[in-house]
Amino acid sequence: MFDVYKIRKDFPMLDGSKTNFNGAPLVYLDNAATTFKPQCVIDACSSYYLEENANSHRGDYDLAFAVDKKVDCIRQKVADFINAKKQEIVFTSGCSMAMNLIAYGFGAKFLKPGDEIILTEAEHASNVLPWFKISEITGAVIKYIDLDKDGRATPENLRKVITKNTKVVSVAQITNVLGYKIDIKEMSKIAHENGAILICDAAQSCPHMKIDVKDLDCDFLTASAHKMCGPTGIGFLYGKFALLEKMDPLLTGGGDNARFDMCGNVAFLVPPAKFEAGTMNLSGIYGFGAAIDYLNKVGMDNIEKHEFELRKYAISKLKTLQNLIIYNENADSGIITLNVKNVFAQDEASYLNSKGICVRSGEHCAKLLKERLKTMATVRVSFYFYNTKEEIDVLVEALKNGGNFLDAYFN
Amino acid sequence: MHISIDPNMMREIIMDHYSSPLHKLTPKNEEEYKTIVMDSDSCIDNIKLFIKEKDDVIVEACFDGVACAISTASTDILCDLITGKTVKEANYIIEQYENMIYEREYDDSVLEELVAFMNTHKQASRIKCATIGFTGVSSIINGKK
Repeated sequence: MFDVYKIRKDFPMLDGSKTNFNGAPLVYLDNAATTFKPQCVIDACSSYYLEENANSHRGDYDLAFAVDKKVDCIRQKVADFINAKKQEIVFTSGCSMAMNLIAYGFGAKFLKPGDEIILTEAEHASNVLPWFKISEITGAVIKYIDLDKDGRATPENLRKVITKNTKVVSVAQITNVLGYKIDIKEMSKIAHENGAILICDAAQSCPHMKIDVKDLDCDFLTASAHKMCGPTGIGFLYGKFALLEKMDPLLTGGGDNARFDMCGNVAFLVPPAKFEAGTMNLSGIYGFGAAIDYLNKVGMDNIEKHEFELRKYAISKLKTLQNLIIYNENADSGIITLNVKNVFAQDEASYLNSKGICVRSGEHCAKLLKERLKTMATVRVSFYFYNTKEEIDVLVEALKNGGNFLDAYFN
Repeated sequence: MHISIDPNMMREIIMDHYSSPLHKLTPKNEEEYKTIVMDSDSCIDNIKLFIKEKDDVIVEACFDGVACAISTASTDILCDLITGKTVKEANYIIEQYENMIYEREYDDSVLEELVAFMNTHKQASRIKCATIGFTGVSSIINGKK
């Protein structure tokens, strides 16, 4: 039985004691940026330092062996979470690093002048900027999938832009500004028909829905733990094993090679160890393991269902306000993007802060917003499974007077 | 000049300078101006400042770009205040304003409409907005660029 009030008791940040500067209770609606952590995750992180503080890859003594075993077991948990194999999971510092690893490890090695990289106009900077650099290094060309009138990237529009020269298609499964769910399975199929690989940025989807990489048939998939109740500084890259074997590591150094000599000959370890040079964020990995256990316990289906309910409730309430522009009424995720008419997004976010409500204002992606949404900046509200309808009521009540944004400055 | 001011007046000052800023423009002969781009790392504000000096006097100050109400209004008032002032006088105004923002003792006799921002410290997240123009002007006139 999914009981949101019971769930909230697991989160120290939701214990009711946290307020903003003027004592208003916190209403945290910036979950697309990062999420709160349940006590069990915090405990797992400290358990590394309190009980097993040894380096991994160094199993000469019991303590180190225990750490290796734990990391191995958590790698399996991550793999099971997305229906992958353990050796296909590389731990990274997060989604950005995972994206860079693919761009430099695969893109820089295999792309040639005239090859095409296809993105959408709605991608996060982490899935755009590394490709700009790869385009500069290799001479490959960047193209974009046109968005439909709602701002959604569709398989049909991928078909219109993809050619036999396309080598990489890289898209977010749920976009971070408008929150549309993209049909990755169909896009993988189209990419493969044209001889390209499909990279799925799952930063905004992995925390909120069941993911099955075998069913999606994507070639790479990336996510960050901190957006799914886990600690900051840890995430993962999933890659089909044959691709991981072919590509280069982004970082080289301790722990990723079997042997090397002074003539420059190096024998790298097999994936995933090949990509994990240097001491890993072990405390983070312990916490990530606990986060996955926690999400499994709550149930990804329950999470998706609750967030859908919250969205439906919020949209129905927000639509009654005459002073709002909602940019993604029909999106499929817990992300709602809006503006109060005639109020700059940052001023509105700052006003909501004075009411204890945490949301994000942003320019997001200038191209998308300027051309599609006809605005420079928007306010983004994003839910997670611990949010409640009562919190949405607080938001709606505050937005009613959202035009008086300078109140925040004088009260 | 001391201004006795209540919250309603402060609100009007900020809204006036936000909705119809007098100095928010990119000048025609851009090359005659010293410029700096101020891109906030914590928010959306991204403005370019233009200062024209002659014999140590600021003869024109303006700005353009994407900015919220607080940064637009504060920068607009600043541009107004420093026009016709020497670099030394402008520095004094900026220094007193920053003293006010950071809750130190300040001389309000030179701040005029800028006193509308005296509550900024209550909303720490707006300090960057209320000072971005001042940091930029200071960098230009003191040759830090």
